[in-house]
Amino acid sequence: MGRRKFSTKAAEGDMTPMIDMVFQLIAFFMVLINFSQDDQNAKITLPTSELAKPSEGPAEFPIVMHLDKDGTIYMGANTASVDSIRPLLSTEIAVLISQEKSAADGNIIIRAHKDAPGGKVQDLINKCQDLGFEKFALRVKEEESR
Amino acid sequence: MRIKRQSDDNAGQLSLTSMIDVVFLLLIFFVMTFKIAAQEGDFNVKMPLQGQGSSSAEPELPIKIRLKADAAGNIADIIVNDSQSFGNDFAKLRSFIVQMTPGGVDGPSEEKGPEVELDLDYGLKYEFVVSTITSVTGYKQGDDIVRLVERIKFAPPRKPAQ
Repeated sequence: MGRRKFSTKAAEGDMTPMIDMVFQLIAFFMVLINFSQDDQNAKITLPTSELAKPSEGPAEFPIVMHLDKDGTIYMGANTASVDSIRPLLSTEIAVLISQEKSAADGNIIIRAHKDAPGGKVQDLINKCQDLGFEKFALRVKEEESR
Repeated sequence: MRIKRQSDDNAGQLSLTSMIDVVFLLLIFFVMTFKIAAQEGDFNVKMPLQGQGSSSAEPELPIKIRLKADAAGNIADIIVNDSQSFGNDFAKLRSFIVQMTPGGVDGPSEEKGPEVELDLDYGLKYEFVVSTITSVTGYKQGDDIVRLVERIKFAPPRKPAQ
């Protein structure tokens, strides 16, 4: 009786669908990944609002400030208090002036902790006003649907 | 001369193993760095320094909201125009604003419409400030947002007595 020979190919599965799927997954995660550390700070828990909608486009000349609940301000890698924020803002103004703009063109984005005293936020806004900033955005988180 | 023939099975095939290895590494990297973050939005506050060239016109309907805090920084009382008190009920404040303002999706803007001035105790927690701003800015009707007041400003801060 003759024995039937199996070809070596029979044992290999078809890899194409798996590779397709894996590439799709990679594409999905790549699109959603956010590398920017500027607008994130682990110490800040934003207050929520049902009206929070992302702005239509990125703000022009954004200056992101994180205000911790003890009043510490984080700007990029720098840390300051409300009273010592002036040098950091002066640097930002110098950048704006180098681009033929003024402080009034800058957008101050305030990301304050939900338990931070409201007066501190007011103080911060006043300090910025003294230097000529006019446009402020209070950043909030979208309220989770109930 | 004898010509050596390559086997038909393996000649045209590339080894997929190394590519799959790399692809899986990439996938693991993206999965590990992926963070689900809630959507964020902004409330715009336009506040030029007093006395400097302000482009916005005089408010049609100035509304002054006084926010009082208790010792823990929670909201104790909401007083509108020094007369009406709403306790700590933001829903009542919103109903009042709805009555006061001719709302509508295309109604107010940053340049026109009623203006709200927030006068808050220094220690009031920021989340209550945001709740107040939410109450006066508008409300949700289905998926649409009905805008009430776009112009928001702060009164000078009330520094705690030293």
